[in-house]
Amino acid sequence: MPTLAVWKFASCDGCQLSLLDCEDELLALAGRVRIVHFPEATRASAPGPYDISLVEGSITTPGDARRIREIRAVSRVLITIGACATAGGVQALRNSADVAEYASVVYARPGYLDTLATSTPIAAHVDVDYELYGCPIDRGQLLETIGALLVGRKPDLPAHSVCFECKRRNNVCVVVAYGEPCLGPVTRAGCGAICPAFRRGCFGCFGPAETPNDAAQVDLLRSTGMSGPDIVRMRRLFDPAAEPEEATS
Amino acid sequence: MTHRHDRLLDVPGLARVEGEGAMHVRVRDGVVEDVRLEIYEPPRFFEAFLRGRRHTEPPDITARICGICPVAYQMSACAAIEDACGVTVPPAIAALRRLLYCGEWIESHVLHIYLLHAPDFLGYDSALDLARDRRDLVERGLALKKTGNDLMEAIGGRAIHPVNVRVGGFYRAPAPADLAPLRERLRTALDQALDTVRWVAGFDFPPFHHDHEMLALTEPDRYAIESGSIVTTGGLEFGVREFERHVVEEQVPHSTALHAHLAGRGRYLTGPVARYTLNHSLLSPLAREAAEAAGLGAQCRNPYRGIVVRAVETVYAVEEAIRLIDAYEPPPFPAVRVPPRAAAGYGATEAPRGTLFHRYEMDANGLITSARIVPPTAQNQAAVEDDLTRFVAGRLDLDDERLTHECEQAIRNYDPCISCATHFLDLHVERS
Repeated sequence: MPTLAVWKFASCDGCQLSLLDCEDELLALAGRVRIVHFPEATRASAPGPYDISLVEGSITTPGDARRIREIRAVSRVLITIGACATAGGVQALRNSADVAEYASVVYARPGYLDTLATSTPIAAHVDVDYELYGCPIDRGQLLETIGALLVGRKPDLPAHSVCFECKRRNNVCVVVAYGEPCLGPVTRAGCGAICPAFRRGCFGCFGPAETPNDAAQVDLLRSTGMSGPDIVRMRRLFDPAAEPEEATS
Repeated sequence: MTHRHDRLLDVPGLARVEGEGAMHVRVRDGVVEDVRLEIYEPPRFFEAFLRGRRHTEPPDITARICGICPVAYQMSACAAIEDACGVTVPPAIAALRRLLYCGEWIESHVLHIYLLHAPDFLGYDSALDLARDRRDLVERGLALKKTGNDLMEAIGGRAIHPVNVRVGGFYRAPAPADLAPLRERLRTALDQALDTVRWVAGFDFPPFHHDHEMLALTEPDRYAIESGSIVTTGGLEFGVREFERHVVEEQVPHSTALHAHLAGRGRYLTGPVARYTLNHSLLSPLAREAAEAAGLGAQCRNPYRGIVVRAVETVYAVEEAIRLIDAYEPPPFPAVRVPPRAAAGYGATEAPRGTLFHRYEMDANGLITSARIVPPTAQNQAAVEDDLTRFVAGRLDLDDERLTHECEQAIRNYDPCISCATHFLDLHVERS
């Protein structure tokens, strides 16, 4: 039976919880893969190599930068799960800041921290076979990916934008109808367009879609009354590298 | 069986807790010298990068501190920001928040009972191993957990990091028709929750008694979840705004970890056991009956029985959810306006694991200038370490492997959420 390992770096545990949230499928899944390392769920742990490694979280310490290399070396297929692992996560908001100052704000004895100045995605450190986006990931995508690997086909993962999902869900466009700022046009599909279904603009938690048109997105946000600093804040929350063109002008 | 006088126990990775922690125990000349619960969860600096963000953003941002209890973060953040802006949400919005929170209590408590904690009492490594022998039990737990998750999805859009919560209320209030199917599911869940209480009440609880002061939110007429003022078993009573005057962080001599203490009084405990001890008379009759039948008295002083308290609170949360759905009328507006002003605001709610405190200061434009978050696991750390010290002292005749396993189990009694607690703890990378 193929083996599955789950690893955690800097994160909130929500993406690995998505696996335990597959209530209807969890026991069936446990019958198809041997979960050999998943500290959140079991005390047992077996040494590698592993057929599938799911990796949650971003790299924020020198020790973790070493650990991910060790994990890569013993993983046949490595799948990163969630915004932290694929883009650095919300904690990547440190990347444009002075981390020493950050540490002094939060910790009484910052000298004891062993932290890097940046929060970086797993792919910045090792080769990654598949990426599941989202904060958190979508359960369906997780099952699709593991299921596809078990039968030896490529997982079907979207690269298009949330707008397509809105149309499929029959959502009213929140920009057109209500003037809500929305990142749907530049955000990767996968969530099922949840926010617009709740009359809320997409805030980008699945990260950028392939080839986002940033200039047009900035115009769209401006048309809802947003101004430069707010546009930058919105774009960078889950896409730390975003340089919204002309947003700051 | 080993009988050594000097021992060093190391549990490099605690299993079945949220996040990553370790435990170190040092025994010298037969005396427990040092017990440390250590976190090697990397720092994520939430309080630092919240500065400069809009006052509307903390619910979405702080949810990301913890994937297991995001609603607790959203609710404490909303409470603190609304306090700063001088806004009180109307009762219909408050009721919908409580309903969403019930979903999180169900989901989080059931996750802990069935998947993280029960395997200890039954001698299994995991719930998946348990399922091989007793699939029916694990399926019951998963079904109950799913009901909690589905309730969160119906109101919040998704169970992990719900999207429908905003300062002032919600983006969209669910239609009664959205909640009706859940009502039937919750009827089934109530039976499952009562069965869960009966099941865990039959576990074998090692004798252990602690006398920590306990702290929880309280309300005069119901079991406090999303609002209230603070009481302790030592007779303290104060409002959320006074939290920082009573709860101080101190450096302890043997460690660089910051521990929360009650000023001038020492360690304390928050969480299900504290809530039950302080507020059990406000549980529903059915939940009180279940507690009594399960052997819980007026106080719960044995941390092992925390699993029974969680099960009783699950019964209450299911019942409360049914009651709130029956009484539900969509609020005329899903949210009230929360205009910014230069002010400080304080908020606390009862996360599944205990009292979660937030403070924000903002300027007149609504940009946050400082943020402080005190999660329950950080508040409990001193009490947990104290328990572990006494716990180890009474079990020095065990061999290392057995003792280590039993210590891990003792820690899991408290369901520490290490993702939440990271920034209070001594954090360094082991270097051999």
